[in-house]
Amino acid sequence: MKIIVCIKQVPDTAGGVKFKPDGTLDRAAMLAIMNPDDKAGLEAALRIKDETGAEVTVLTMGLPKATDVLREAIAMGADKGVLLTDRRLGGADTWATSSTIAAGIRKLGDYDLIITGRQAIDGDTAQVGPQIAEHLGIPVISYAQAIKVNEAEKTVEVERQFDDRYHVLKAKMPCLITALSELNTPRYMTPAGIWDAVDAEITTYNRDDLTTLKDEDCGLAGSPTKIAKASDKVRKGAGTLFKDIDADAGAAVICEELAKKHYI
Amino acid sequence: MKAVKKMSLEDYKGVFIYAQQVDNHIDNIAFELLGKAKDLAKPLNTQVTAVLLGYQVGNLTDELAEYGADRVIVVDDPELKEYRTEPYAHALASVIEKYKPEIVLVGATAIGRDLGPTVSARVHTGLTADCTSLDIGDFPLQPKPNQEQKHNQLLMTRPAFGGNTIATIACPDNRPQMSTVRPGVMQKITPVKGAKAEVIEYNPGFTPNDRYVTIEKVVKKVTETVDIQKAKILVSGGRGVGSAENFKILKDLADVLGGEVSSSRAAVDNGWVPKDLQVGQTGKTVRPQIYFAIGISGAIQHVAGMEDSDLIIAINKDESAPIFDVADIGIVGDLNKIVPKLTADIKAELAKKA
Repeated sequence: MKIIVCIKQVPDTAGGVKFKPDGTLDRAAMLAIMNPDDKAGLEAALRIKDETGAEVTVLTMGLPKATDVLREAIAMGADKGVLLTDRRLGGADTWATSSTIAAGIRKLGDYDLIITGRQAIDGDTAQVGPQIAEHLGIPVISYAQAIKVNEAEKTVEVERQFDDRYHVLKAKMPCLITALSELNTPRYMTPAGIWDAVDAEITTYNRDDLTTLKDEDCGLAGSPTKIAKASDKVRKGAGTLFKDIDADAGAAVICEELAKKHYI
Repeated sequence: MKAVKKMSLEDYKGVFIYAQQVDNHIDNIAFELLGKAKDLAKPLNTQVTAVLLGYQVGNLTDELAEYGADRVIVVDDPELKEYRTEPYAHALASVIEKYKPEIVLVGATAIGRDLGPTVSARVHTGLTADCTSLDIGDFPLQPKPNQEQKHNQLLMTRPAFGGNTIATIACPDNRPQMSTVRPGVMQKITPVKGAKAEVIEYNPGFTPNDRYVTIEKVVKKVTETVDIQKAKILVSGGRGVGSAENFKILKDLADVLGGEVSSSRAAVDNGWVPKDLQVGQTGKTVRPQIYFAIGISGAIQHVAGMEDSDLIIAINKDESAPIFDVADIGIVGDLNKIVPKLTADIKAELAKKA
């Protein structure tokens, strides 16, 4: 079977959010990493590969330097990497991004399963996965916390998380699944994998290679949503910090504050 | 710029909200969306419609009316008994195509964040995720040469980069303008008892195909669920609490104050508390009157979910913990000593006043 995993290179907001002295984000100082939910999706695909010998292709859309995450994925065990890159694809919102990725997947041809992360830590939209499925006309199962493939039946069984429950869903393949970080703990790159990754050829598609993609569905012009204003959030400052006081005095400070504000 | 799909924007009227129900209970988010929809409908001089999808849910329309719906469109069908992406997306997209709303608001819940993107892709419009503020205004905000400034646009504001940036987004050339809205942020109105809405029943017809997944099992969590978004006082614990058992001292504090216990992601990941008590980017957004952050370091993802609380009190043994950057009062010390003492002090104070 063939699995396509969509991954994104994102700034590391979890480990190292850096601020400039004026309180705005210092994006240049932040590390670029493989988006955590996507990495869990990749791990899920690699586990299916371990079991069934499936072929795993990783696909990303972005600047040429996004090949770093494709090589990382290959070092973890993915077979092939595909990069969609073109200035004409830039400035895309989730509609245009999902249309473009769907066109890239059509270009690749056959697939049984597409796995994406639930959401990327830079945009936090959780929209691109379900929208790729919609453009391809295949079933989507979001928020997967467990995945089990039945190759003979050509079905997949997924635990789909909700707030107060989960559903065990069965879908016919091909289908698209969005993965939660909770799904698994991703494996590390292996030394042999790193060698493979160095030599691996990354397939690159530009705008013109994506023959099923219409101009009105990609890039900034193909994006229904437009940014009216964007700014870095300036956080409220710290209040009063009490250190070098004992537990009794600390408790008293809080108790006084609650009384002063009439909470008690 | 090339024209997107040709639509006559003036054909689209009214503010619609998706009235999420599960097991025949309307989710709180639906009432919050109705509250916001009423605000948005005023300058647009239009009405508020709730879209209710489910099976045998006709009894829920009055409740939606009491919280501000002028009209309720009900799609009632056995295929909609439990949430599944395809029949729900088909139902909502069909309602949008037939009734042509100008604005559609969906809760940014585990359901809405699946339904919203699927429907917006199907009806070919934009969707802005996880909005925390919605207004009617001009796009572009200021007039620009060689660009028409459109009036009465939905301006959707949302955080990104884990809450580090804020963007305001418009959808000027496509309809409806759609957004998912973060639960716990919008204000619902005081329900008007006895209010009635116009009820329209509509069924677009359902033909199961390969995109209809089957539900093999529904597994509900057995824990009694507490809605931390409704709590006025939250006593939240993190990694520093150390164990599930030790959450007892937080519970004691919450109890004397009439509050609830919540947590950071670390406490959930360690299995000390259930996931529905988690505050933060991948948990819930809360803004209680008092938020205690106890043994919580204050990762940006956590802060994004609680920084709008009125009063933030942090207790942590590490004075460099980032939680102190957002706390109104920070105490550096041992939570195991401070929290029980605080509970005792508050009890004494309350006894004095009783």
